[in-house]
This record gives sequence, C-alpha cells and structure tokens, in this order.
Amino acid sequence: MDVALSVRDLRAYYLTSHFGVEREVRAVDDITLSVEKKEIYGIAGESSCGKSTFIRTIAAAIRPPLRVLGGSIRYSFLDRDLYDLDERALTEMRWKHLSCILQGSMNVLNPVRRVRESFKDFASPHMGLARSVFFDAVKAHLNRLRLSPTVLSAFPHELSGGMRQRVAIALATVCRPEFIIADEPTTALDVVVQKDVLALILEMQREIGSSMIFVTHDLTVHANISNRLGIMYAGRLVEEGSTRDILRDPMHPYTRHLIASLPRIGDVTPKKGLSGAPPSLADPPSGCRFHPRCPLAMDICRQAHPELTALAPGRRVACYAVSPLVQPAHEAAAARKATKADKSAAFLQ
Amino acid sequence: MGGLLGRTRFAAIDDVSFSLEAARPEIFAIIGESGSGKTTLARMILNTLAPSKGIIRFLGEDISRFRGRREQLQFMRKVQPIFQNPFEAFNPLKRVDRYLFASAYHFAGHHGRAGREAAADEALKKVGLSLAEVKGRFPHELSGGQLQRAAIARALISSPALIVADEPVSMVDASLRMSIVNLFKTLRDELRVSIIYITHDLATAYYISDRVLIMQKGKVVETGPARQVLSNPQHPYTVLLRESILSPDDVDKSHLAGAA
Amino acid sequence: MLRVFRDLFRYNREFAAGTILVLIVLSLVVASFFSPYPPQDSYVVPPDVPPCWAYPLGTNSRGQDVFWQLTVAIRNSLLFGIAVAFLSRIISLAIGLVSGYTGGLVDRVLMSINDTFVVIPQFPILTLFYFMMHDHMSWTLLALAMASLGWPYDARLIRSVALSLRNREFTAQSVFSGMSTRQILLEEHLPYVLPIVFSTTMNNINWSIGLEVTLSVIGFTNIETPTIGTMIYWANQHTAMVAGIWWWVVAPVATVIMTFIGLFLLSVSMNEFIDPRSRLARMGV
Repeated sequence: MDVALSVRDLRAYYLTSHFGVEREVRAVDDITLSVEKKEIYGIAGESSCGKSTFIRTIAAAIRPPLRVLGGSIRYSFLDRDLYDLDERALTEMRWKHLSCILQGSMNVLNPVRRVRESFKDFASPHMGLARSVFFDAVKAHLNRLRLSPTVLSAFPHELSGGMRQRVAIALATVCRPEFIIADEPTTALDVVVQKDVLALILEMQREIGSSMIFVTHDLTVHANISNRLGIMYAGRLVEEGSTRDILRDPMHPYTRHLIASLPRIGDVTPKKGLSGAPPSLADPPSGCRFHPRCPLAMDICRQAHPELTALAPGRRVACYAVSPLVQPAHEAAAARKATKADKSAAFLQ
Repeated sequence: MGGLLGRTRFAAIDDVSFSLEAARPEIFAIIGESGSGKTTLARMILNTLAPSKGIIRFLGEDISRFRGRREQLQFMRKVQPIFQNPFEAFNPLKRVDRYLFASAYHFAGHHGRAGREAAADEALKKVGLSLAEVKGRFPHELSGGQLQRAAIARALISSPALIVADEPVSMVDASLRMSIVNLFKTLRDELRVSIIYITHDLATAYYISDRVLIMQKGKVVETGPARQVLSNPQHPYTVLLRESILSPDDVDKSHLAGAA
Repeated sequence: MLRVFRDLFRYNREFAAGTILVLIVLSLVVASFFSPYPPQDSYVVPPDVPPCWAYPLGTNSRGQDVFWQLTVAIRNSLLFGIAVAFLSRIISLAIGLVSGYTGGLVDRVLMSINDTFVVIPQFPILTLFYFMMHDHMSWTLLALAMASLGWPYDARLIRSVALSLRNREFTAQSVFSGMSTRQILLEEHLPYVLPIVFSTTMNNINWSIGLEVTLSVIGFTNIETPTIGTMIYWANQHTAMVAGIWWWVVAPVATVIMTFIGLFLLSVSMNEFIDPRSRLARMGV
C-alpha cells in the first residue's frame, strides 16, 4: 500500500509567556504514524489529549503560542516536508490537495457572505475554470451530494446545522483533494443528521479516493467510519490498530476502559468510570502518562515512558503490562541506533 | 400522596404533561434533539421561566406563585439543577468552594464557618470527593469530572427532593462520564432523590433511567418505562432515533455502508 | 502585587512610560504640602521673574511662585478628577449591573434614563449650572454636577457585559446556591466588569480635568480655588502671553498634558493586564 501521509516524531508545544510567567504545554509529544492511500485513519481521545493540536500541526495551521519543535510531516503529493513550504506553496496546496471539514462549519463559511462566495474564494483559484464553467462544476458536485443548487445563494445562518455541514463537505471535496482532515465533523449534530452526514463523508471519500484523518472522541462513530484507529492520551499515541481489532480486543488499559464503558442500548451491566483525571499537559506525569490512573501500573511505568511498539502486523501499543516486547522509549531509540550502526559497520566490512 | 410534579401543561412547549411520585424516587429521562424544547422545559421546571399556559405543581403547589425571595429559597431547597458544562457552571475567577458554602449557609442554615465546612464536606463525600480536594481551588485546577461532582455535591447540600440535570455528561470526558452517570443511580437509591435527566443520548438514558419521555419539536411523542420504550419503540420518530444511533458493535456491518 | 507591578514595568513599555509620567505628577502633588507660601497669597515674591535658580518656573504678575502655585493647582485638579471619576463609576456600575442582570422593565426604564443623559449636551448644561449657582459655585458642587453627567456611556458598556454574564451557567449556579441579587452582582459579576471600570476611570479623570480646565479658563468656576484651569484663567486675565510671561501659561499646560498622557498610557496597559482572559492565562488555565 502507498503511504499518503507520514508523520515522524512530531512534537508541538504551546510556549507562552504572560508577564514573565513562562509555560510549556506539551500537546503533541513524539507522534509517529502513517496514513495509507484511500484509508480513513481515526484518531480518538478525550478533550485536551492533543488531538486538535495534532490536526492543526499536520494542516500547517499553527499560530503562536503553538510551535512545532521537531519531527517531520510528509504528504505523498508534496516533494518536501510540510514545514519547508513557503506561504504561497501552502495556499496553493490547501483545498486542492489538502482540505478540512471542521466541527463548526460556521468557521469555514463566512457568516456575512453567501455560500456562493465561499466557493469562489476557496475553490475557484485552484480549479482554474471560467466562472460559468466553475459554477456548473460546483452545481454538479452539489448534486452528487444531494444538495440543491439554491444553497449557493443562501447565507450560512439560513441553513440548518446538518445542511451547513453538508455544504462544508461539498466545499472540502469539490477540488477532489488527495487528503481530507475531518475534525469532529458530526459532534454538534443530532443523531439522525449525524448518520446522514457520516454516510455522505464516507461516500465522498470513496468516490474521490482520498485519504482521510478523522478525529472524534466518539468511538461509536469510529466503529462506523474509520479503517484504522489511533488512541491518544495526554499528547501521545498509546495504541494503534485496525478499528475492528481495537474494538474487539483492546490492549492498552486506557483503550480497554474506554471500550468497556461505552453504554449500549440493551446492555444494563454496570459500567465503571476511570478514577483520577486526565493529566495537565503543562506538567505531565513521569514515565507513562497514564500510570496515575492505570490499574496495572508497575514501577517501570512511573520511570520511563513506553515505546509505541509493533506487537502484531499493524498493531502498535505503548504499555509495559501488555507485552514484554514493549521497552522504554529511550532504550528503544538507542537500540535502533545500534542496529543502524551495526548495519553500516557490516556494510563497510 | 401528592405528585411531586403534577399535571404540567405548556402551550409554548406544546401540551406536555407528566408527573413524578414523591414517594418513589426515580430517574426520569427527557430525550430530545436540539430544538425539541427540552431545555425550555427544564427551565420551566426550575421556575426560571414561566410557562405561558399551564401549571407546574410541586408537592401540590403551583410553582409560578413562588415569587418572593423566601418562597423561592424554599423552592430551591427542594429542587436543584445540574448544568451542562462543568467549566461554565463555576465562575472561573472564583473558588469552587464558595458555591458549596453559600448553599450550606442559605439552605442548611449553617452560619458558622465550621458548620458550613462540615456540610460541604459531607455532601462532597457523597459524590466521592472531600473538602480537602476542593477547598481553595479554582475551577481550572479541577478536572471536568471533579467539577461536575462538586456541582452535584452543591445541589445535594439542601437535601433536595428533585434534581433537574440538563445534559449533565455531554461535556464530561468519556473516561469520567460513567462515574457521573452511576452517581445519579446512587442518589436515587441511597439518598432517595428524584432526577429529571435531560439528554439527547439514548444509550445513557437506557442505562440509568426508569422512565423516558421522548420529545420532538415541543411535543411528547412517546413515554413509558425506559427499557420498553427504547428496546421496542412504537412512535415513528422514536423508531427513527433508535435506528440512527450508531453502535460500537457495527464495526463490520456499518449502517453507513448502505448509503455508499 | 509587587511582582505584578515589577513584571508590568519590565514587559509593558506603555505601563513604564505611564507610570513615570504619573509619578512626576504625583511628586508635584506631594511637593504642594511643602509650599513655603500659602497658595492664595499674592505678592510674596517679586513679580514677573523668568525661570531661574531661585524660582525654577519663574514668578507671575501677581507675585506668586509659579512652581509652588502649580503644585497646589495640579493637586486640586487631580483630586477633582478622581472625585468625579469615583462618583460617576459608582453610578455607572450600579445602573449597568442592575440593568443588565435584572432585564425586563427595570432595564428599559434605566436605559431610557441612560440614553437621555447620553444625548444631553454637557457643556451648555454646566455653563447653565454656573449661572444658576454663581457665587455659591464650589469645587464640591461642580464635582457632583460633573459626576452626574459622566456615567452614561460607561453604564451602557457595563450593562452589555452584565447582560452576557446573566446567561452564563455560573450565574444560575449562584442563584441556586441561594445567593442574593446583591451578592451575585458584587461578588460574581463585578470582577468581570472591573477591567472596564479601571480603564474608564483613567479616561474619566482625563475627561473631567479637561472639562474643568475649559470651564475655568473662561471663568465659569470658583476662580479662587487654584487649579490648572484657574491658573490659566489668571494668566489670561493678566494677558501673560502678550506681556511675554510665557512661563505662567506653559507650566500648567505642560503639566496637564503630562497628566493626560500618563493616565491614558496607564489605562491602556492596565486594561490589557486586568482583562479576565489575560488574567486567566496568568493563572495557568
């Protein structure tokens, strides 16, 4: 399979200084993952686990105090790292190759301009079509999304929440981008509408064959839309695998808890909440960031944070209690370096 | 034994009637989508919004007649709210404990500092916290789950007969959500508090409530025992809601696939 | 508090400049208590001496030392500005908070009074006031009159904040904790409007000093009380500029400009500092 996006050792912190009070919030810490072509990669996690920061970082939409401190982000359609592009190249890339569907679609659609203008602003420069041809293409696209062309002359506030989200999807897909980032696109919607919007996103993604990162805290949504799933906790990726494997057989204690506590209709067995609270990213716990709340915590968990280790094909977990293969991250890094050195030494001989 | 809430009839919210028994505490879920009028209904039950038509009776008395401060305090002692967003429900510039102490002062008559602290501590213990964890803290120093527990503790100080909780867990993180939901069960079974649980989430409603009332555009479309209504819905709208719910068990047979 | 002050001084250039200017003005005020001559007395020094070592700002045609005269004048002017600002803040806070929180009929009545005061032309009213009072005109009376004209804009501003606070969940939480309306307004909502109050206080001091100077220059106040305005009035009476006694006019004008700029800079920088959002950021939210 081809890789559409490859993120390596990404680290993005919020560095703030207010009247001499310096703070560092480690929202994204050492994240490595790759998204394959035509795949929907789901990211799940609680509020302030860093998933929104991650999204902002890979969309090159960071502003101070958020700073990228290290790592690389490579998209298949770019010949270099995302952060080596200049402002013009970024503008060129947005909407054409990389587009976003956000939770509040109001943020994308200008509230005081008609929907038509938003299409003209975002999509028209990339499609390079004459005005009438462009709007014919847009109308055809809206038609595919089962939207009436009349939405073009509406103001965003005249549309219902579900309608607006459909328009946002149309806007994000009209240039047929290779990569789509969806950040909680259905969270604010009612369940009936949510199902339709999800179906629409899935349909569009399949039709244009783009890859997608789909972020939501809601595992039931992931179960229905994501091919693979990454679970984030306190700025780190703690587990990754195919959605089916993770939902059927979660390995990390945090994932296990999340899945066990999902309420289902027809199920009245007592569900438990997790004790403790998500850690502050300004002062994360030592070692594994989950250890203060973990029922399986051991001594090593308090000392060194576990490397996200491949335990089976396509399955990575960062927890010492799951497998003896999981090692502290710094040792794993040293080991990697050593094998590399060995190989080069062998090559020289 | 009079109804705790009886013969309610709204015109703004169209013709909604239900009652809760004072002697048999229960969790009564009001389920509706956005715009169904469930929040308006909550505000009317809390007497912060007057119905344009119809009567809400609490222990036999029309609550719209509680206008003076003493009567209102009297009413608030028995009916308390829990809010949606725990971070919004406490003034970010003020310490969390002040609300607990104010409740102890006004509702439980603890004028001395020791009495207030004892009352707050007792209420916090009921929700699995203690005054030591909350005292002197600002909202941002506590997690969403802790804040929501503190809010519930605050509501409990006056020993209310009814708690109106408007989407109390929708802003609480998944890992903490069920402990709050379970807390409502404990309140019902051990403290004998009735709870009106307002939500859009059918799954948690199924998990904790005794009875449900489904609202659509200000009208009641279906009501009855929770398990029965949600497992075997009769009204077309309830059927639609039930079918729209995604399940984590759909991982191989996604309902969405049909559309593609 | 001291650390906050130090940090502000170090990281905020407006604050540093404003503080220095205001400190200069304040040291003049302090100096007034050490004046070797009573401020009203005339012909205690030789008249019309240009600035020199003995009289750093010169002396005027009435035989007063301009420097010592100035210290008393700026003290009275500043005191006047503070009094007006203090009184009008109380009115605007009371009206703004009550109006925004209560809403309904109370809000409509209070805001119609408010808007009436907004459109009343202040200068003609104060002129009329002077003609009515004439010899009874005093420092206190003028402060009261100006305070009752200086609140409406800020009351509206405060109301708009109170209006949004009313619908916040924590307000309902306070109500259901049994807090009284007075408690909610003073303890829950006041901290949110304080930044507005602080920055408008500086502006209001400026406004009232400015208006007092205007009225004094044309003699519509009690000209026996030395203020920046009456100083300029007397200088004009003795045609100081024509007579070449420029120091008599330049000294009060420069001082009042320094006060204006100092207070303005402080108001701008304090506003940024007291803003709840920046405050929350410092608390580490």
